[in-house]
Amino acid sequence: MNAIVLSRTSVWPRRLQRALLILVAVAFMLVFLLLPLAVVFTEALAKGVQVFIAAITQPEAWSSIRLTLLVAAIVVPLNTVFGIAASWVMARFAFRGKALLGALIDLPFAVSPVIAGLIYVLLFGAQGWFGPWLDAHGIRIIFAMPGLVLASIFVTLPFVARELIPLMQAQGSEDEEAARVLGASGWQMFFRVTLPNIRWALLYGVLLCNARAMGEFGAVSVVSGHIRGLTTTMPLEVEMRYNEYDYAGAFAVASLLALLALLTLAIKTLLEWRYGDELAAHAPGSH
Amino acid sequence: MALAKHHRVLPGFGLGMGYTLAYVGLIVLLPLAALAWKASGIGVAGLLHLLATPRTQAALKLSFGGALAASLINAAFGLLVAWVLVRYRFPGRRLLDALVDLPFALPTAVAGIALTALYAPNGWLGHAFDAFGVRIAYTQIGVGIAMVFVGFPFVVRTLQPVLESMDRDMEEAAESLGARRSQTFARVILPVLVPALLTGFALALARAVGEYGSVIFIAGNMPMRTEIAPLLIVQKLEQFDYAGAAALGVVMLGFSFVMLVALSLLQRWSRRWAEASP
Amino acid sequence: MTLELSHLSRRFKDYPALDDVSLEIPPGEFLALLGPSGSGKTTLLRILAGLDYPDSGSVRRDGQDLLALDARRRKVGLVFQHYALFRHLTVADNVAFGLRVRPWRTRPKRADIAARVQRLLQRVQLQDMARRYPAQLSGGQRQRVALARALAVEPDLLLLDEPFGALDAQVRVSLRRWLRELHDEFGLTTVFVTHDQEEALELADRVVVMNRGRIEQVGKPDAIYQDPATPFVCEFIGKANRIDLEQGEHGFIAAEWSLGEAPWGTDGKHAQAYVRPEHLALDASTDAPGWETHLRHVYRAGSIAHLELDAPALRQRLEAQITSENFARLGLCAGMKLRARPTRAVVFSVEPASAAPVRWIWQENTTTTASAAHTSTATFDRTRNIPCDTEAS
Repeated sequence: MNAIVLSRTSVWPRRLQRALLILVAVAFMLVFLLLPLAVVFTEALAKGVQVFIAAITQPEAWSSIRLTLLVAAIVVPLNTVFGIAASWVMARFAFRGKALLGALIDLPFAVSPVIAGLIYVLLFGAQGWFGPWLDAHGIRIIFAMPGLVLASIFVTLPFVARELIPLMQAQGSEDEEAARVLGASGWQMFFRVTLPNIRWALLYGVLLCNARAMGEFGAVSVVSGHIRGLTTTMPLEVEMRYNEYDYAGAFAVASLLALLALLTLAIKTLLEWRYGDELAAHAPGSH
Repeated sequence: MALAKHHRVLPGFGLGMGYTLAYVGLIVLLPLAALAWKASGIGVAGLLHLLATPRTQAALKLSFGGALAASLINAAFGLLVAWVLVRYRFPGRRLLDALVDLPFALPTAVAGIALTALYAPNGWLGHAFDAFGVRIAYTQIGVGIAMVFVGFPFVVRTLQPVLESMDRDMEEAAESLGARRSQTFARVILPVLVPALLTGFALALARAVGEYGSVIFIAGNMPMRTEIAPLLIVQKLEQFDYAGAAALGVVMLGFSFVMLVALSLLQRWSRRWAEASP
Repeated sequence: MTLELSHLSRRFKDYPALDDVSLEIPPGEFLALLGPSGSGKTTLLRILAGLDYPDSGSVRRDGQDLLALDARRRKVGLVFQHYALFRHLTVADNVAFGLRVRPWRTRPKRADIAARVQRLLQRVQLQDMARRYPAQLSGGQRQRVALARALAVEPDLLLLDEPFGALDAQVRVSLRRWLRELHDEFGLTTVFVTHDQEEALELADRVVVMNRGRIEQVGKPDAIYQDPATPFVCEFIGKANRIDLEQGEHGFIAAEWSLGEAPWGTDGKHAQAYVRPEHLALDASTDAPGWETHLRHVYRAGSIAHLELDAPALRQRLEAQITSENFARLGLCAGMKLRARPTRAVVFSVEPASAAPVRWIWQENTTTTASAAHTSTATFDRTRNIPCDTEAS
């Protein structure tokens, strides 16, 4: 880096300026980001460890944890497969309507989670398009597990695709062409060449998809019906306890979710640090 | 003689495209079609009528107005934080950098109750403000603060790559030509950041307008005062006013579409900028 | 294995990548596709590999339609410009790839694969690198791995896309000689694409010069250089002075240079002559035949002295070339006045008026020149004391 020799007199204000900026930035982040995080844990343990443990071992807590894990276990693999298929098509081929497809894939990212729930209610709810048909056949989607899964799929749809598409576009198709000329079949090419080249971005996308799937609130709240033990995920359990003034209980479950968030952040940071160049340069919103 | 004008060299187009289209069609297009169907059932006049009620107006104003204010704050502080993280070295920088993504990773309901506990009159920060007679929780200010929380990472993460790849040479040239630091920043650095700043702003705005979980706890949810648009949709659904919910949903969806278009235009603009520079 | 390409055409959105290209490649030939970027050479290569398809035309291998097979089944070895080595596999695994993906019926046993890989790595002198990853290798080493990988599947045809483009000059020279030796040993039909004419002329059995999707000339390197078939080849291969000719009373002329009557008669008012720098004879005496020029600039590159001459009669600059030895011996320096005349030229008719040949190779008839002392090499009167304005650099 070139060094511009600054006059002596301008160095001190420079340093002061620097320190001030850092201070303000750190203060902003501490107040707006760190404090809320800290509050979760202090409130959870406010009434003592015993109360905390009791709160998270109650049957409702357990069933909400189970349900959250179950929904994630269904949603994440489905959206991962979709993400791989979509990015293969978007990054390796030219076809008409590519921009439109890209916009559709990104859409759930730009839409309010309540809208996500709303559209499924309008589709499968009692007064929805398929409402009467479902009713006649005794199938429940809204206010039941399938509704939760569908709303969660919608909300987390873009995550894996958005990680893979820019990366695969940047990598180009030479490796896969080489594999084909060497005699590999489609699946051989995919498993031996494509997948290894995208593995870290894939893991990254799966991580984000999972975090969102487990933490989703708005969309799930609309389609859930809040039936304790049946359609209450952890975030919904938090809300319900809070509304019942069971603050210790609410924060107890919330603290588990916060721990999940911290774990996600830790793994995310690790992946970025070690494999940063193999993850497409991305911001939460860029294509 | 195999003339393969439409021959694709790499395999998997049919399978991939079929699966992708089916998936997107079922998960995204079909439900959206249901929304369009419901909204069309009311008609444009009916839509406008439903949206003209004072309660709806208030909710929309709060959601959009609050999001706008929050995003402007995020634009300013996001720029500052991005700058500090990229340009300066100090202890704890890595940790701070990781912390930026917290609102992105933290479930919204958790953020919601945490913010409420923090800014309630008996909360750590709410207590201090209460001494000055300023109420944050259960007011519009509380809504704004929650929106700042959720939109923050968008600005920082959009600006960071641009700042990281910025040519220091330009700044040094400006300094050697006699510009003060503030002039260099305003005339040389800021213009380069504008596309990314706008993109981050737009992303934060889109997120804040639609935000539900983080906001409804701290808001207080009083109709006409602290009721956000997404909550109003939920209320209408609970009262089986599907038409009303759909109408409001269409408005919010329309806004999302506009944001998506704006964002892709911004992308194109910033790409042209990036290519123009050596 | 004979390859027959007939009337291949391929158009991308707004320009023709290939325009009615036909070519026959006999077995074991080392063929170079040479041309500037956009000439279609890489498109042609990719069509042979199966990574692209023509809009019209056919490719036959021993009479069979090659285009009917997809890239996987063509038994072609392809070396990419940027190697396309699989980053997550070791060198040995890269080379073994083509063997491991064979359907199990035709797949060799593990031990056989390992042995083959070992042999190939020895052949490319990388046996010690078997466990390394591509990122740990130099450019030249990666290139050799790419080659070994392509050869592992025992292809009928080896295709190389600008194989040495990304390498340092020294590495490039030694690698290309080594590639030629490899070809001679394996006897494999090889087609390689390059924009570096030195490479093409040095290595290939035949060179295909391409421009804008068309074949300008196909021939042995010597023929390409000595007998260029089109103006493009003249200008692209080596250096050439382009001199515009006008129809005079007794044939074409350019100031004092008279060529005589063209084979196509007196049709056409204009023609173009291309004279190579080494075919310009120089003379210091003022009564020698030729144009009056003065020496503007000398550039000594190793054993050759490149001379830049100003020719006012032609209103253009000429480039001449003599050995450094001669240059030193004859005491030339910048600023001198010299007489220059072509001893050999390739002439093209600008307006082909009839079916007569468009190209005419003109040679100076040494018996008709005035003085026996003037031959086709530069001659200088050593007794003259020649004053220099500036030092020759």
